[in-house]
Amino acid sequence: MSLAIRAEGLVKHYGETKALDGVDLEVPEGKVVGVLGPNGAGKTTAVRVLATLLRPDAGHATVGGHDVVKDPRAVRSLIGLTGQYASVDEDLSGTENLVLLARLLDFSRAGARARASELLERFELTDAAGRAAKTYSGGMRRRLDLAASLVGNPSVLYLDEPTTGLDPHARNEVWAVVRKLVADGVTVLLTTQYLEEADQLADTITVFDHGRVVAQGRPDELKRRVGSQTLQVRPTSARDLDVVQRILGDLTGVRPARDDDTGLLTAPVSDPVLLSTLVRKLDEAGITADELALRLPSLDEVFLALTGKQTEGSLA
Amino acid sequence: MSTIALDRGVRHGLALAWRGVLKIRKNPEQLVDVTIAPIILLVMFTYLFGGALAGSIDSYLQMLVPGILVMNILQASMTAGVQLNTDVSKGVFDRFRAMPIARSAPLVGAVLADVVRYVVSVVVLLIIATVMGFRVQTGPVELLIAAGLAIVFGLCFCWASVFVGMLLKTPQAVQGIMIVLIMPLTFGSNVFVGTSTMPGWLKAWADISPVSLLSDALRGLLNGGAIAAPLTGSLVWMVAAVAVFFPLAMWAYRRRV
Repeated sequence: MSLAIRAEGLVKHYGETKALDGVDLEVPEGKVVGVLGPNGAGKTTAVRVLATLLRPDAGHATVGGHDVVKDPRAVRSLIGLTGQYASVDEDLSGTENLVLLARLLDFSRAGARARASELLERFELTDAAGRAAKTYSGGMRRRLDLAASLVGNPSVLYLDEPTTGLDPHARNEVWAVVRKLVADGVTVLLTTQYLEEADQLADTITVFDHGRVVAQGRPDELKRRVGSQTLQVRPTSARDLDVVQRILGDLTGVRPARDDDTGLLTAPVSDPVLLSTLVRKLDEAGITADELALRLPSLDEVFLALTGKQTEGSLA
Repeated sequence: MSTIALDRGVRHGLALAWRGVLKIRKNPEQLVDVTIAPIILLVMFTYLFGGALAGSIDSYLQMLVPGILVMNILQASMTAGVQLNTDVSKGVFDRFRAMPIARSAPLVGAVLADVVRYVVSVVVLLIIATVMGFRVQTGPVELLIAAGLAIVFGLCFCWASVFVGMLLKTPQAVQGIMIVLIMPLTFGSNVFVGTSTMPGWLKAWADISPVSLLSDALRGLLNGGAIAAPLTGSLVWMVAAVAVFFPLAMWAYRRRV
């Protein structure tokens, strides 16, 4: 499998702060790699280096085989950038923004207009095409940002926290767009603070903390690495909670966590076979359950285990 | 190779200048400081002080209009830095930089859009001045030369603004510094009053200030009178401004590009 992005030992210091402290990153062609980390972990700095906007102090990186420092123009002709820092002009309309970018990419006048209206239609912005971007809602802005980064048909797309500050509906819209792009073969490097987002979109997740890669792997691998699975039971009747808690405790040898509000009992297990044993025991006791599940730890739990820090999402 | 690069630079610069002009059209209030504000000064000074300062309102107007024109251009030439800084802080600049465009294009675009601003400010001012009674005493050729000279003056001094704009963090800071720089330049000159009654230190500066010299050159061109000395002086200033601020501006710009 060939690599669209390859970074080795990237270092970037701002005075005493090590924004990047020896980062290695590999993104195979046509895949989505999610870079996950809290604020200040170095995610955006990494994207800026890979987008030729920032020179690394040490290390090197190639995009599509071109060195980001030695041959920035070749890299720029391959990439699209959307995110916190690459923005559209708020005074211009959707059409004007896209026409401008198309003209800068050497489209003819007519070609630029055609490309703009094609993208506006694709991102369902045709109705707002003539309005100044500053009048757009957050979700529309982000869609225009995405459209702007796609004018030149990039084969590598950087999405720097593409859904930060969006409501769930707008977020789902952005996710749908990203999935469509990936289906078209675009390579995506996605940074996010939201574990759910990385879990939803990424083939591989790289976890950043303090400018270093602290973990890397497929979402399910990461979850598994962090440890045991969890057995969850919710008896149909709250009266059965005591009995079920005792049964679960006997089975796992651990005192199960009990939430009286939701009527949910959870206990860590190492052996998945316990699930069927539990089903049998509940059956023998004549107890029915509304919910009975063996699940992997959430990415919030993964993150906590890997970095020793709560994520913002899990605090909310 | 270099002609291709130049061609690209010009083409991309023109595309970005088109953006600048669109922005002016969408936010005409951007032009307030180079249209309405000088007109208020023109009206106020002419009718309040004109009689007292020059004997008659008409003769004061003939002296004041060329000076206000210079002041106005200087003011307009300070916009480039604010615009560039706004683009940087809003992230628009990063979008351009991550594209395979000529490195100089955002700069060329900002400066070209500035020229449009200069032309608008010159035309608006001359129309209002004419309505108030100002008359070109020479001819259309001299008028065009005067306007052209004013615009080139703006182009020479805009590099100071690009330099400051690329150096400071926020557009507000750039605006603040620019006002601090421009106020003494414009008021410490012969735009509003002759320098003969000024204290020695101020007169010494006002007599050789670029604003005074260009004002005198334009007075010569529009009203008739001595041109050579003030014109030479202002050309020296223009060359000096470019010699000092263009390299500084390019250095500051490259740091950000």
